[in-house]
Amino acid sequence: MPISWFLALRFFREGRMQSVLIVVGVSVGVAVMVFLSALIDGLQTSLVRQTLGTQAHIVVRPPDEVARPMLTPDDGSRVAVHVERSAQRVRSIDGWQRALRTLATMPEITDASPTVSGPAVALRGNASKAVMLQGVEPDRFARIYPIRERMVQGTFAPVGTTCVIGRELAQDLGVSLGDKLRLASVGGVSDVYTIGGIFDLGNREVNRRWVVVSTRSAQTLLDLVGGVSSIDLRVREIFSAEATAAAVTARTGLVAESWMQTNAQLLVALRSQASSSGMIQFFVILAVAMGIASVLVVSVVQKGKEIGILRAMGTSRRSVLAVFLIQGAMVGLIGSVLGTAFGAGLGALFAGLVRNADGTPTFPIVVGLPLVARSAAIALGTGVLSAALPARAASKLDPAVAIRNG
Amino acid sequence: MADPVLMLDAVTKSFGTTVVTEVIKGVSLRIERGEFTALVGPSGSGKSTLLNILGLLDRPTSGRVAIVGEETTTLDDAGLTRLRGRSIGFVFQFHHLLPGLTVAENVMMPMIAERGRTSKEMHPRAVRLLERVGIAAKADARPAELSGGQQQRVAIARALALDPPLVLADEPTGNLDTKTADQIFEVLREFNRELGVAFLIVTHDPRLAARCDRTLTLVDGRIVSDVRIAAT
Repeated sequence: MPISWFLALRFFREGRMQSVLIVVGVSVGVAVMVFLSALIDGLQTSLVRQTLGTQAHIVVRPPDEVARPMLTPDDGSRVAVHVERSAQRVRSIDGWQRALRTLATMPEITDASPTVSGPAVALRGNASKAVMLQGVEPDRFARIYPIRERMVQGTFAPVGTTCVIGRELAQDLGVSLGDKLRLASVGGVSDVYTIGGIFDLGNREVNRRWVVVSTRSAQTLLDLVGGVSSIDLRVREIFSAEATAAAVTARTGLVAESWMQTNAQLLVALRSQASSSGMIQFFVILAVAMGIASVLVVSVVQKGKEIGILRAMGTSRRSVLAVFLIQGAMVGLIGSVLGTAFGAGLGALFAGLVRNADGTPTFPIVVGLPLVARSAAIALGTGVLSAALPARAASKLDPAVAIRNG
Repeated sequence: MADPVLMLDAVTKSFGTTVVTEVIKGVSLRIERGEFTALVGPSGSGKSTLLNILGLLDRPTSGRVAIVGEETTTLDDAGLTRLRGRSIGFVFQFHHLLPGLTVAENVMMPMIAERGRTSKEMHPRAVRLLERVGIAAKADARPAELSGGQQQRVAIARALALDPPLVLADEPTGNLDTKTADQIFEVLREFNRELGVAFLIVTHDPRLAARCDRTLTLVDGRIVSDVRIAAT
């Protein structure tokens, strides 16, 4: 065993009470860090998952129509104009098939679902409800939204004259599986559909408004034959959706809006949550560092004479320095192991206490390997860094003075 | 002729920057191999300061110090530390054993410092040294469990761990009763005779000084007398 390790272990054992106290202190700090991180991560994951359950990561639309007035008087006079913004009608994306092929080549994009969507009215008897028609290819759509898992009744198979509607709409219209429903577009086209499934995407507004039909049905109803109004995208990394959207715009010339734009407020909330947790962690680390440093400073003072004797017997400055650095590292490491276990236990306890009505945890608290590795690295680094000052002081001790005064 | 274990040439030592106090005022000294020397003098005469310089714990303000022919003025701190560990054993007045280590580990300490690491053969070597000072049975005890005389025996075993040519002892019997002091003195004497280790012993006790081969008297930073007693 190297001399520094030998001495660090002996000193650690000798100052048992001090060692135990500081290790407990570090453990509590690490536990708070681990628990807090896991909690915030879990909370954010669940919030984002909830939000993205009814939203595509990126929606690609045709660019807005703009009025282009021709104002070129020949006589050199000037014309004062007030150009009104043109109303945006449901339009197809020009060359959407080519756009789809382009999107397929982008590695960040995992799935794309061309959608024909527009306003319509659902009629049953005397009741009528304004709805949002979603004409989709079932398999592509199911890769963007978790609709197959969210079916309350029936199956998700909007083909032919079968439609799939949300739970609230079914309630409002008093329809159930197998019933008929008339769908009429604002343009006057209408057809009768059979309800093949009822979904619950966890968002009332969506459940009340969405009527999912086949692409072709929607194209007919909305007078958009052969076209699609938007393309829904799923990306690999949800938090770089914004950058991916920008790349999509650059590649296709279409308007691409990411979920991050549509949920700016949620993102601000998530960011401030993350930064406040970061702040708490920072101060916890600071407190832990102070604790380790103060214990080691006291230890160096207490051991001044012993350090002098060690130096007199041929122990190098470097070894003395290492003794205290190793002690700091040991405290950090042991503290991080105990603290991680403690924090994980706390997380499990919390997840057990806070449950939904159906008994599932409200949000997942996962103490994953990256979190453990990160905490261990921080604790180790903090230990060594906070030991640096006392260790330097110890190595600088003048042996003659230390033996005489210590 | 072989190099003396210790050679001082016109060594001075001053303290302070604004008010300079010269504590050692030009000491030249040779200690040959196997010499058993006492250093006496009133308190405040600079004994401890001189001992620190001899032990390479402190550097002289001027003059030269050579240990077994090796010039020390040009050595850096790491070099001094190495030379000190290898060539000089220390016995302090208050034994200065490390309380967190066992008796055997205390004796092993200079070996560990020299090698930079522990190794298996060190423990038996430490136990053999403890046998020589008569307390091998206490090898695995803590220093705190030992009496003052026993602690000082451990300190002696530790000072001799690396077979140094020179041992410096600062009032090794200072806080022991007369009988124990005599025993400790005998242990030192035995190592001197059997191994040829040179000893320089700072003492206040004229009885002990009289039993050394040579007595140096330091007064006011100068060696005022150097008396050799013919070996009996």
